Amino acid sequence: MKHGLRKALAVAAMTWLSGGLAAADSIKIGEMSSYSTNPQSTDAYRNGWQLAVKEINDEGGVLGKPLEVISRDDTGKPDAALRAAQELVTNEGVVLLTGTYLSHVAVAVADFAKANKVFFLVGQPQSDTLVWEKGNRYTFRLFNSNRSQVIALAQLASELPAKRWATIAPNYEFGQSAVAGFREELQRLRPDVEFVNEQWPTLGKLEGGATVQAMIAARPDAIFNATFGPDLAKFAREGNMRGLFEDREVYSVLTGLPEYLEPLADEAPEGWTVTGYPVEQIETPEHVAFREAYMDAYGELPKVGSLIGYTEMLAIKAIIEKAGSTDTEALIAAARNVQFGSPVGTLTFRRQDHQSTFAFFIGKLKVEDGVGKMVDWKAYNGADYQLPDDVVKTLRSEEATK
Amino acid sequence: MYDISTLFAQLLNGLSYASTLFLVASGLALIFGVSKIVNFAHGSFYMLGAYVALTITSAMPSTSWGFWGGVLLSALIVGLIGCLIEMTVLRRIYSAPEVFQILVTFGLVLVFQNLIYEFWGPDEVLAPRVPGLKGAASIFGERIPQYSLALIFVGPIFLGLLWWLTHRTRWGRLIRAATQDREMVASLGVNQKTLFTVVFFLGTFLAGLAGALQIPKESANLQMDINIVVEAFVIVVIGGMGSILGAFLAAVLVGVINAFGVLFFPQAVSVLIFIVMVLVLIFRPNGLMGGRIIPQRPGDLSIDQPFRLPSKRMKLATLIVIAVLMLLPMVASSYLEVVMSEVFILAIFAGSLHFLLSVGGIVSFGHAAYFGLGSYAAALVATRLGLPMGVGILAAILSGAAGGLLFGWFCTRLKGVYLAMLTLAFAQILFTLSIQMVSFTGGDNGIVGLSRPAWLNSHTGYYYLSLLAVTVSTWLMRRALYSPFGFAFRAGRDSAPRSAAIGMNVARIQWAAFIVSGAFAGLAGALMAYHRGSVFPNDFGVSTTVDALVMVLVGGVQSISGPLIGAFAYHIVAVELIRNLADYWRLILGLFIIAFVLGMPQGIVGAFMHRFGKGEK
Repeated sequence: MKHGLRKALAVAAMTWLSGGLAAADSIKIGEMSSYSTNPQSTDAYRNGWQLAVKEINDEGGVLGKPLEVISRDDTGKPDAALRAAQELVTNEGVVLLTGTYLSHVAVAVADFAKANKVFFLVGQPQSDTLVWEKGNRYTFRLFNSNRSQVIALAQLASELPAKRWATIAPNYEFGQSAVAGFREELQRLRPDVEFVNEQWPTLGKLEGGATVQAMIAARPDAIFNATFGPDLAKFAREGNMRGLFEDREVYSVLTGLPEYLEPLADEAPEGWTVTGYPVEQIETPEHVAFREAYMDAYGELPKVGSLIGYTEMLAIKAIIEKAGSTDTEALIAAARNVQFGSPVGTLTFRRQDHQSTFAFFIGKLKVEDGVGKMVDWKAYNGADYQLPDDVVKTLRSEEATK
Repeated sequence: MYDISTLFAQLLNGLSYASTLFLVASGLALIFGVSKIVNFAHGSFYMLGAYVALTITSAMPSTSWGFWGGVLLSALIVGLIGCLIEMTVLRRIYSAPEVFQILVTFGLVLVFQNLIYEFWGPDEVLAPRVPGLKGAASIFGERIPQYSLALIFVGPIFLGLLWWLTHRTRWGRLIRAATQDREMVASLGVNQKTLFTVVFFLGTFLAGLAGALQIPKESANLQMDINIVVEAFVIVVIGGMGSILGAFLAAVLVGVINAFGVLFFPQAVSVLIFIVMVLVLIFRPNGLMGGRIIPQRPGDLSIDQPFRLPSKRMKLATLIVIAVLMLLPMVASSYLEVVMSEVFILAIFAGSLHFLLSVGGIVSFGHAAYFGLGSYAAALVATRLGLPMGVGILAAILSGAAGGLLFGWFCTRLKGVYLAMLTLAFAQILFTLSIQMVSFTGGDNGIVGLSRPAWLNSHTGYYYLSLLAVTVSTWLMRRALYSPFGFAFRAGRDSAPRSAAIGMNVARIQWAAFIVSGAFAGLAGALMAYHRGSVFPNDFGVSTTVDALVMVLVGGVQSISGPLIGAFAYHIVAVELIRNLADYWRLILGLFIIAFVLGMPQGIVGAFMHRFGKGEK
């Protein structure tokens, strides 16, 4: 017994020592995401950042040191994320935090970052509030905001003759702000448009038949959709069978993302105008290199999560290199207006709201060889679809931009 | 406002949805009726049915025989897996109090989630349309998919089959007899083991069938289990626990109300079902078709042993523990301080649940309601009114108590599982409202930016505050339990008729206990809100309640130190598992819960006292 204890202590001491040594020559990044609760997207996301870390370290790392990512499961809950953040910062001594998948988890970690003065790069969450109302000077966001895509869709939709619109969106912050943003922009451009039906299913609990029937009964000319995942599959199938989409234009966010398009297979709703990620068709050299490296490593096409994870580490590398150190203040100064290459072009973080200029894609859905794909798509530069500076100023606290 | 053809189509849509609901709920009702097990894992069997059916139907020829045969085969496989679980796990806990059973089945939920993810991977899969029923039929000009029309008949067909089974076969008569009085059936020499296994097979078969029939409508995904199980419970409760016909009526009611709700009040769809449930339970406390339930004696798990006054040695030990905890920050890292502060706060919450559960025998399955009321009250007071932390905590205690006052009034009119489900319904209503009322509650992004006074800003400062709070709260709850009020509360649990006979108003006392318990849960919620600096809808969530239940049971029900020890043990285990085993923590945590309830049903403290103390037995 005594012997065993001594052994255990020795082992513990050795691990502690070796941990201390490793810390001396690597740059530790604290990463978290909802790996157990939302594996549909976060598995691909993890593959993406792991690929980038491997590439970065093979090329000599950052500031001459390898990147070491310490990854935690935030279990989709803010409490677990906050605990993980605390542990990553105090026990593991990470220089910055990154990742998260759900918006509310990101909001919680952003608040932690502000209170504890830690740099935080948000990965996938798209909630507008992260860069505006609840934005703070320690928090930057990599993926595009909910609003930018919705605004771009509304501008396209304003060119349609359609006057009667119906909307369907999951009843929580994402869905509500998507519908509000779309509606506001469309009515600004087209005061003659009216919204005749709004459906608000609970996330994951859409009752396809009844909901589609109610939308048909309202006789809209066109539809705006913000459901995704299992709800989208139910909505698309019931809508197809009941003829909801016949002679009606549908404008839809997220539907063109590979993670949501794949399960629909040949039932991907043709003719919808969607935001998405036509991964197999983007032929810029940076993107081809990324796609091929990813396919070599994992044997499948990247999803949007993979793209975000990969770009996340590129952004971190660029920020640390520009800062020349891992000091939080230096990182913040460096991140503002940093320029870095990514599979979707050169990106930067806007000084005024810490939002990146991540590109997005809008196109029409078409079924080819039994799978849905985006056609006639166009890349949109994220920089062009941001709020005007004076509006940002009214939303964001002054301190957050200092 | 709407054409008659739209209304008729909506009725058909509602009936079609009702069939799915009925299949899931009838299995749950059967299992509950006979074994009295509240099977939280029922949704997992439903999800398993969907995944198995995907694999099997894609291997079968794509004809209608292939599809329907594949669906039946999948349901059979799910039923067999159900059998296996009944024989290995559930058989051991039939005599346990219902909370233990709920917990074991919750452990199963975690295990299933992890295993299904391992076998089928993370991607959602939508099955092809059903051969022979690919199109839509036109009814009064409205197009309705043929498959949805076919589903309308599945519900009544299985209702008929179940009626035939329970009224025309020997097995069925035994099932009905056991639903009414299981002990009587046992004393008449019926082999209960086989009966229970068969019933569990049947119940999980129906869940698997419902899941399998769902794949042409919904992609199989890893959230299916949680998305269906609460609805299924609500239907069983509306229908009357254990009643098949009741489950059918309730499923039709909910399906049709939901379909018309979508038409007329699309904003309110997600709370509609709970409102229906509350209304039904107010007017028919046992559900639509529920008869009188023969009360089952709680098992021999010593939940009803008296609390003993602590010995001198116990008091000394308590003081030593407090002293050690006070010295801990000198050596601990700030991360450990954070985790320990959470342990203390959760211990207050678990303690408030324990207060109702152990002494009153009241299973509050929506205890998170008070926790969330507390945390949101604190957050709203702090961020909207800009008042200091002390006021926020006071507001939280008051809102927790107000929650107890309101919900307690409804809940104390019910008993046992109905009561548990009604508390769950209240918590779910609050959960849904907190997500949807974005302008007031911040929606799922919650409320952030609660700041503490400067002297509490350090982790060490908050550690001491939490330690003080848990010490004082535990002492107060203890005082309450040894007061005349506490004894009267216990008397109500042990024998309601006798208590009434000596002039005690049992319902009134229980109501008071709800208020006290709500106040302490509210305090815990406020402390957690200030600890995190933020509040989120999950404070009202099922998992928050389940965590507290696990803590109470891990610690041990029959001791006041139980929740404290349980909060410590469970929180540390869960946190370390999540930290170190990202991909398998649910599997291991689920197995831990199951093993714990099976192996140490009296909890850590109970096991310790049993071994070393002067415990009875």
